[in-house]
Amino acid sequence: MKRIGYIIQKEFRQIFRNKAMLPIIFVMPLIQLLILSNAATFEVKNIKFSYIDHDHTSASRSLIEKFEVSSYFNVISDFPSASLANSAMLNGEVDVILEIPGNLERDLVKDKYVKLGIAINAINGAAAGVESVYINQIVRDFNKAIKVELVGQPQSSGPPISIATIPLFWYNETLNYKTFMVPGILVMLVTMITLFLSGMNIVREKEIGTLEQINVTPIRKSQFIIGKLFPFWVIGMALLSIGLIISKLIFDVPMVGSLALMYFYTSIYILVVLGIGLFISNYTDTQQQAMFIAWFFMVIFILMSGLFTPIESMPGWAQIITEFNPVKYFVEVMRMVMLKGSNLEDILPQLLKTLVYALAMNGLAVWSYKKTT
Amino acid sequence: MKRFKGFVRKEFYHIFRDKRSLFILFGMPIAQILLFGFAITNEINNVDIAVLDHSRDATTGEIINKIAASKYFSINEFIERETDIESVFQKGKIKAVLNFEKNFSRNLIRDNTATIQIITDATDPNTANTISNYTSSILRNYQQELNRDIQLAYQVLPEIRMVYNPELKGVFMFVPGVMTIILMLVSAMMTSISITREKELGTMEILLVSPLKPVLIIIGKVVPYIFLSVINAIVIIVLSIFVFKMPIQGSLFLLGVESVLFIITSLSLGILISTISTTQQTAMMVSLMGLMLPTILLSGFIFPISSMPVPLQVISNIIPAKWFIVLLKGIMLKGVGIVYLWKETLLLFGMALFFIVVSVRKYKIRLE
Repeated sequence: MKRIGYIIQKEFRQIFRNKAMLPIIFVMPLIQLLILSNAATFEVKNIKFSYIDHDHTSASRSLIEKFEVSSYFNVISDFPSASLANSAMLNGEVDVILEIPGNLERDLVKDKYVKLGIAINAINGAAAGVESVYINQIVRDFNKAIKVELVGQPQSSGPPISIATIPLFWYNETLNYKTFMVPGILVMLVTMITLFLSGMNIVREKEIGTLEQINVTPIRKSQFIIGKLFPFWVIGMALLSIGLIISKLIFDVPMVGSLALMYFYTSIYILVVLGIGLFISNYTDTQQQAMFIAWFFMVIFILMSGLFTPIESMPGWAQIITEFNPVKYFVEVMRMVMLKGSNLEDILPQLLKTLVYALAMNGLAVWSYKKTT
Repeated sequence: MKRFKGFVRKEFYHIFRDKRSLFILFGMPIAQILLFGFAITNEINNVDIAVLDHSRDATTGEIINKIAASKYFSINEFIERETDIESVFQKGKIKAVLNFEKNFSRNLIRDNTATIQIITDATDPNTANTISNYTSSILRNYQQELNRDIQLAYQVLPEIRMVYNPELKGVFMFVPGVMTIILMLVSAMMTSISITREKELGTMEILLVSPLKPVLIIIGKVVPYIFLSVINAIVIIVLSIFVFKMPIQGSLFLLGVESVLFIITSLSLGILISTISTTQQTAMMVSLMGLMLPTILLSGFIFPISSMPVPLQVISNIIPAKWFIVLLKGIMLKGVGIVYLWKETLLLFGMALFFIVVSVRKYKIRLE
């Protein structure tokens, strides 16, 4: 026990002695949490809208007006010709072009329908889909208005059958992205810091040559690993606490579930990450190699965690891979407990998987650490 | 010039001697682009939903069949009571519950209207909103079928054309992004330790007493990595064309030039980090912690920049990855040439120049 105490003391001293590292460990993640949480939104708004009006009548103007008042569209400009509009889209200046044909009102009376040409920049397919929904809504509104204008009040020959849909958004009525993203980004930052620090740790001593000195001491393998793990575990928990305070005070993220459950889960989760880090550290020869590998896994962990893109949409084989992603479980648990108030029983599957993962990774870390060179 | 050549050769030896790093350097980007290109999409498919049907009549059955038949949803559970909704959401698998009111068919016939609640788990607002929109549009189509015989007159019909990506493929959005992230981080990471490593190992002294000028040392450090990154870029472009069927509408030559420019920008950013850090650990933490999330989030790779708050839109301008993504999409999908892209090109060039100049000035030629 005393030996572990000494090695922990040594690790803490090394961390706090390196003045350049302290801001990286504590300040950078929190600044990122504050800033980047605002960036992560799938909402589609400020759509760069432009139009070509061949009609110039009150009807075409009232259609354009409908786009102007909509909060989703920013009317950037009107173009006299289609070729100018196309070149603006190539330039990236506009994303939607509406082309209103001439004689709108006359053709509407004559043929009962008129076709509008609408071009959407669809490189971001999902956003384009949403934009087309908005456009359809606006046009539908316009249709109602023009019908009243042309034929007077709607005929009272019995209203058509309608199914009323009432959307209800539980746990997040205003569809606020921040309540969704802040817990997730916090998870990312805690994971990154603990993974990178532990991943570079033992290999650094190898590279500098101080690991040999430790190897000749009577310390046991498991004691050494525990001593290495503990300081980073403390750092991870500290980061989580500060992050939770920020998310409560600044982003007003609700904490519906039990805080104790959150901490209990996190305390096990960080062990998984540290185990992975130390395993990488044991297995590599230079800090550079360790960092490459840690980076490789971190990018996979981030992009396949369901934080930014939904896991259900991934192909089957990719969903199987996500089962091995500890970050996925942390993101799930964090959201379940914080936003929905899930209890221990609800998160039991995630908790058990994380526990098995932690035991396996730390077992591997102890096993792969060789005291002989 | 001969001295410089010798120095570059030394750098190459360093790199090629470390077989493991080399393997990682080339293997990982390939593994990542294959993995992410297939796996990352923000489309909604096969979302698990539950049904709470108070009526259980012919109409609700028909609607449920319509929803089950769509590729977006799979109906996973039938629940009996309102109180069950909370518990299925808390388990986390079910993302939405359709709640049919009592006497659905009868209301529809008698009053011409009936109500469905679409209750979504909005902890993920994007999925919730999309589910809600898709369900509504399925219901609207069904409603139109019911109203077939009623003439709808005086309509303006929008004919929407999806330009550059008619099939709304997710890969068109994500492959350029993944390519940018990989090139940026690999390049910056590789060079970020190149100078600190020499400081830490003590070999910096030898370089400092050599007659090589600081600017030559720094350029000599970058040159071998340009070579490696270009190979990486070629492999990634080949994969994205043949595996992900990305079109190259524009000029392949321009694509090559812009890629080299972006690589140089990222490498010089790495060098800059390396000149201002004292240990490898600091250098790597800065390049990993400092670059990873901002590059992923502020580059427009996943989240549209135009939807961000204005201060963040301003900040996003200093992220080199943002401009490279614009360039990639422009050349690959829109097929535009330098006439449309000179601004972005110039910006990347300016950034690279800035990083190199600052590195040279920050590079200390004396030991502390």
